[in-house]
Amino acid sequence: MIRELVVVSGKGGTGKTSITAAFGSLAENVVLCDADVDAADLHLLMAPRVQRKTDFMGGSLAEIRAADCVECDRCRELCRFDAISEDYVVDPISCEGCGVCVDLCPEQAIDFPIQKCGEWFISDTRFGPMVHARLGIAEENSGKLVSLVRQETKKLAEERGCEFILTDGPPGIGCPVIASIGGATALAIIVEPTVSGLHDMKRVAELAVHFKVPGLVCVNKYDLNLEMTEKIEAFGLARNMTLLGRIPFDPVFTRAMIEGKNVLEHAPDSLAAQSIREVWQKIMSFPSMNTMGIKDFSATIQ
Amino acid sequence: MIISIASGKGGTGKTTVATNLALSLGKGTRLLDCDVEEPNAHLFLYPEITETEEVSTFIPVVDEGLCTACKKCAEICRFRALTVVGQKVLVFPELCHSCGGCVEVCPEGAILEGERVLGVVESGHCGDLEFSQGRLRVGEAMSPPLIKKVRTNRNSEKTIIIDAPPGTSCPVIAAMKGSDFVLMVTEPTPFGLHDLKLAVEAVKILGIPSGLIINRSDMGDDKVVKYAEEEGLPILMEIPFARKIAEAYSCGRPIVEIMPEWVEQFRTLYRSIETLANGGGGPQ
Repeated sequence: MIRELVVVSGKGGTGKTSITAAFGSLAENVVLCDADVDAADLHLLMAPRVQRKTDFMGGSLAEIRAADCVECDRCRELCRFDAISEDYVVDPISCEGCGVCVDLCPEQAIDFPIQKCGEWFISDTRFGPMVHARLGIAEENSGKLVSLVRQETKKLAEERGCEFILTDGPPGIGCPVIASIGGATALAIIVEPTVSGLHDMKRVAELAVHFKVPGLVCVNKYDLNLEMTEKIEAFGLARNMTLLGRIPFDPVFTRAMIEGKNVLEHAPDSLAAQSIREVWQKIMSFPSMNTMGIKDFSATIQ
Repeated sequence: MIISIASGKGGTGKTTVATNLALSLGKGTRLLDCDVEEPNAHLFLYPEITETEEVSTFIPVVDEGLCTACKKCAEICRFRALTVVGQKVLVFPELCHSCGGCVEVCPEGAILEGERVLGVVESGHCGDLEFSQGRLRVGEAMSPPLIKKVRTNRNSEKTIIIDAPPGTSCPVIAAMKGSDFVLMVTEPTPFGLHDLKLAVEAVKILGIPSGLIINRSDMGDDKVVKYAEEEGLPILMEIPFARKIAEAYSCGRPIVEIMPEWVEQFRTLYRSIETLANGGGGPQ
């Protein structure tokens, strides 16, 4: 039974990717998945060797053929996204790809070519296979690409007989996060002990309630504010989440990143590395992560 | 003048820069928190909210008395928000992008204008500073229309400071579009550099002058500085790591409150931005 741990945070920059990469060292028979397609960073610590690269075809965008346009203004009336200029040129950034102008142009003067919105990759790393992607700059459809990357990871795990998927999620609570957490075995929320860390964690936890996912909480850089660390842990417990432990603030994370390594490779004897090993043991002994794939609904975030 | 604060990577200090810059400028300034998924500026400004506006978007509602199940609505919908099963149209409101195509093509006039709540825009002030923020409804996937709504919130203020969301996709573009200047905030690490490059590409697409702030400038390497020099991206401020700043941040206290000497630095920053915004600057 394939299990998937998705690492999220709400707030950006709390240490999701650094910690996920370190988990990669500890997980056995794992497939890695970078679901932060908008600003993907996991590859910077994994040195993936790309085995297969595929274009991601997202939505279509309207293009008016000037030669056939009679400037009747119908498209401008129809467009609810103000994407068509007074001289009948479509702004690709504003165009939502709804195709209403395309279908209803009386002259049929509007093309609707499908767009390449990014690329996704299947790679090998020193920890196992990895599926990752790159969304084009200023593109939409990030949720669609996240769903695709997660599906492909699952397929790859089945093909290779891997039983564990480790997914690095995006920040926030919007479209890509929604696409990241549905169907996860468990959600690990990495929180920093700040007012923003707690505020943003509450919103991502509230989102997770809709998806009935069991939740785990780990406070990173906990020693920057002990009082806030305790508040975060109390909130986690009150919402039926399991505490994974605390990781200290430690510049070894930055130094490891500069070397392109995770913190367990760079400084295996550091306090940070030790605490990550303990956190990992907690994750693996969490009842919802059982290898039988028995769903334990009593453990979901409330 | 509209200044957007953006970064690519999350957690590099956008909100720190936006709130401290706004506090240093004071009267005549409005801060717009456009990170509607996770708005944080209020945690440092403690604004008094005087107005709350619910923001909704169009979704179709089918009048079953008029509907003949002709399927035209389902055919035009590229987002599969409408489907016809037997003689009944099913609507999936969370998939709807509010293009209104179904209303246009329905020959019976059976599609009525319904609403889905995207979130709220909250406005108020903190001292002399005007403040607005968007707050996306938890479970809502579409943030750009709410961000656009926050962007329309301005009165006669001279200076608008926008706290943008992280990343480089549609929500960031919605926040930055139409700004006079984009102030990018990064940290000098491989993640910071990688995501900064993406943000610079996004700003280039929009053609807006830009500059850089390096936060925790002594925790990393020199590659961000080298990249900025190569790109002609002016480095406008460096904020070294200080446990005092990090601890104050963790309790919701701005830098200018615990170290008032920073006020003058943020004002100098603003003057540099004015010069660059008027004369161009940054990678084009």
